[in-house]
Amino acid sequence: MNFDFTEEQGMLRDSVARYIQDSYDFDTRRSIAASPEGMSHEHWQTFAELGWLSVPFAEEHGGFGGSPVDIMLVMEELGKGIVLEPYLATVVLFGGLLERGGSAAQQAELIPRIIEGSCQGAFAYLERQSRHELADITTTAKAQGDGYQINGEKVVVFNGANADYVIVSARTSGEQSATDGITLLLVPTDAAGVERVSYRLMDGQVVSNIVFNNVEVPAESVIGAENGGYTLINGVVTIATIALAAEALGIMGQLNAKTLEYTKTRKQFGVAIGSFQALQHRMVDTFMAYEQTKSLLYRAVCELDGQGDDIAACIHALKVMVDRSGRLIFGEAIQLHGGMGITDELDIGHYAKRLMMINTTFGDGDYHQAQFNQLRYAG
Amino acid sequence: MDTKFAPEDLAFREEVRAFFDEAYDEELQSRFKDLTTFKDAVIEWQKRLYKKGWIAPGWPKEYGGTGWNATQKFIYETERSAAGVRDVIPFGLNMVGPVIYSFGTEEQKERFLPRILSSDDWWCQGYSETGAGSDLASLKTRAVREGDEYVVSGAKIWTSYAQYADWIFCLVRTNSEGKKQDGISFLLIDMHSPGIKVNPIVSIDNHHSLNEVEFNDVRVPVANLIGEQDKGWTYAKALLAHERTAIAGVPDSKRSLTEIRSFAAREVNGGKSLLSDPLFQKRLSDIEIELMALEFTELRVLASVASGGAPGAESSLLKIKGTEMQQAVQELRMDLAAYYQGVLPNELSAEQLGHEFGSQARQTYMYGRASTIYGGSNEVQKNIIAKAVLGL
Repeated sequence: MNFDFTEEQGMLRDSVARYIQDSYDFDTRRSIAASPEGMSHEHWQTFAELGWLSVPFAEEHGGFGGSPVDIMLVMEELGKGIVLEPYLATVVLFGGLLERGGSAAQQAELIPRIIEGSCQGAFAYLERQSRHELADITTTAKAQGDGYQINGEKVVVFNGANADYVIVSARTSGEQSATDGITLLLVPTDAAGVERVSYRLMDGQVVSNIVFNNVEVPAESVIGAENGGYTLINGVVTIATIALAAEALGIMGQLNAKTLEYTKTRKQFGVAIGSFQALQHRMVDTFMAYEQTKSLLYRAVCELDGQGDDIAACIHALKVMVDRSGRLIFGEAIQLHGGMGITDELDIGHYAKRLMMINTTFGDGDYHQAQFNQLRYAG
Repeated sequence: MDTKFAPEDLAFREEVRAFFDEAYDEELQSRFKDLTTFKDAVIEWQKRLYKKGWIAPGWPKEYGGTGWNATQKFIYETERSAAGVRDVIPFGLNMVGPVIYSFGTEEQKERFLPRILSSDDWWCQGYSETGAGSDLASLKTRAVREGDEYVVSGAKIWTSYAQYADWIFCLVRTNSEGKKQDGISFLLIDMHSPGIKVNPIVSIDNHHSLNEVEFNDVRVPVANLIGEQDKGWTYAKALLAHERTAIAGVPDSKRSLTEIRSFAAREVNGGKSLLSDPLFQKRLSDIEIELMALEFTELRVLASVASGGAPGAESSLLKIKGTEMQQAVQELRMDLAAYYQGVLPNELSAEQLGHEFGSQARQTYMYGRASTIYGGSNEVQKNIIAKAVLGL
C-alpha cells in the first residue's frame, strides 16, 4: 500500500504549482477572463514549453507517457489557480480521443501540434435535449460518396470558439439514445457549413453552439470505428471526470485554506470569529469533506490505473462526492466570509462558480447517484 | 383553530387578483429587467399601489395604512406572490416608515411619511460597516454635535440601491463610553448633502445593487434625529425584528417552486422529464413540505402579533428557515438548468440558446447566498434563539 508520488510526478506537480503561484495570480486570471477569447495564448505557449501539454500522450508522438495520476496532479494545481486555459478541452478530451481512437495518420498529424501548443481542439458532445445522457444524439452523419455529410447542432462546446478542430459525436445508425450507432468525426472548424455562435459562461470560459449544415468530411475523418464511438466517449469521459474532480479538489483546498485564514483574522464581538465553536465545527466538516473527496479521487485513479472492474461505480461515487463536498465547501466559504463573500471583487465567488460548472459537467451529483443506484441495487 | 376564509375574505381575494391582473402590466414588467429603466419602473409601480391605497398594508390606518386584518394581509401577500408581482422596495415602507411613526416627532411624521407612501423619496439603509457586520453594535461612524447640527464621518457598506437614494437612515455613534449599544443614535440623512460619496460594489451575480457610502464631515440638522440621542439601538432593534419577518419570503418561494415544477416537466434526461425522476421529486417534496410548515409558522407568528404580541425571537426562526428554503429553491432551479446555469445575461437570447431560465437561475442562486448573511447572519439568529427562547 503506497500513496506516495514518484519523484518525476512530484516535479511535474511542483512545476505547475510554482507557475500558478508566480505567474497566474487572481488579477491575471481576471484580465484573461475579460478577454474576448477567455484564454491566453501566451500562457498556453508557456504550458507547452513546460511540457504540460504532452502529459497524457505516448512517447512515440513526443509525449510524456503519463498516467491518470499525472493528469490528476496537473489538474489539481490548475484548479488552485482557477486556470482558464483549455487543458481539459484540448489535451484531455480532444487529445484523449485522438490518443485512444485516432488513426496513425491523425495521431501523427495532430498530437505533436497539440504538444507544441499550435493546435486547439474541442469535443462537441452535448445537445440541447441530451442533458447528462452522452448517447442522446440527434446530430446525423450520413455516408455520402467517399465520406460523410453531417447535420445537426451541438451546444455548450468547451473551447469551441478557439478550436481549430472539433470531434463531433454523430449518429450513423440506431435510435436517438442508443449507445450503438454513434460515430466520432474529426471536423476542421473552418469547413464549409460549420457555424459557431460563442458566449461566455459564469466561470469565465467561452463556449460555442455549433451548427453543422451539410458539412462534408472524408471517410478518414472517423475516429475509431464507425458506429463504435460510444466506447471511446465513455473512456475519455472517465479520465475527464477524474481530471475535473482533481481540479475541483484543488479549488476546495484553496477555499478551505482561505476561509480558515479569514476566520483567524476577522474580528467581531472583540475576538476572531474562528474562536466560535459553532464555526469551528463547520470548518471541521469542510475539512472532512475535502479529505473524503481526495480519497474517492485516489480510489478512482487507482482503479483506473490498475484496470479494475469497479471503475464505473468509482466514477459515479466520485462525482457524487465532488458535488456534495463542493457545495458544502463553497457554501461555507461564502457564508463565513460574510458580505465580502458575495462580492465579485473577492476570489471566493469565482472559485464557487467554477465548482458549479464542474458539478454539472458530465453529470451532476443527482445524476450520478441515480446511476450508482442502478449499478449497485437494480436487478 | 380556524383557518378557513370567510365570504368577505374570498371577495377581497377576487379584488386583489383583479387589481394585479390589470395594474401589473407586461410593459411595466419588461422595464424592471433593464437596469436603465429599473428605478423609474419601481417608482411607477409603487405609485400605482399608492393610488389604490394598498402601498402600506403594515402601517396603522391613521398614517396611511390599509387597516387590513391579519387574514387580509395574508391573502394580499399570497396573491401578490402567486401573480409574480414584485414586492415594494422595503427601506422606506417597511423599515424607516414604521420607525418614524413609532418613535418620530409630529414634524418628522408630517415631513417624511407622505413622501415615503408616494415613493417621492427613495430610502436606503445605513447599518453595516466593514468592521461591524454580525457585531452591528461595534459600529464606528461618528456623529458629533455642533450647535443645531451633527457632523457625520465614517462609512457604511452593503447599502442596497444607495445609487438611487434620496435619503439614508443611519446608525451612528454619538457616545463612546459605557456599553457599545448605549452610544448609538438613529439619524435621517439627505443623500444629496455635501460630503457623501457612493462607491459601487459589484456582487457575485455580476450586478450592481450594493454600495459603500462614505460620509466626510456631512452636516445633518439635529431635527433629523429620531427619538433621543444615544438611544438609537432600541429603535433599530424594533426595526430588525420587522426586517427578519419580511425576509422569510414564503409566498415567493412557493411561487418559485410552482415555476420549477413547470420547467421540470419540460426538461428531459434520457427522454424522460426531470419531474418524473424520483431523486428530483424527492428534492421537490422535501422543500414543499418544509414550506407548508413554514407557512403556518408564519401565520402563527402573525396571529400572535395581531393579538398584541411583538415579533420577537420567533422572527429569527422565520428568518433562518425562510432563507434556508429560499436557497434550497434557488439551488433546485439551478440544478434543473444543468449546463445552462453557466449562461450570463446579455450573451445570447433565449431563442438563440433554446433555453429560458438558466441565466436567471444562476443570478438568483448566486445573489441568494447573501440572504443567510444579511439582516443579521443566520448564525447570529441562532444565538438569539438560544438566548431568548431556550435561556441558554
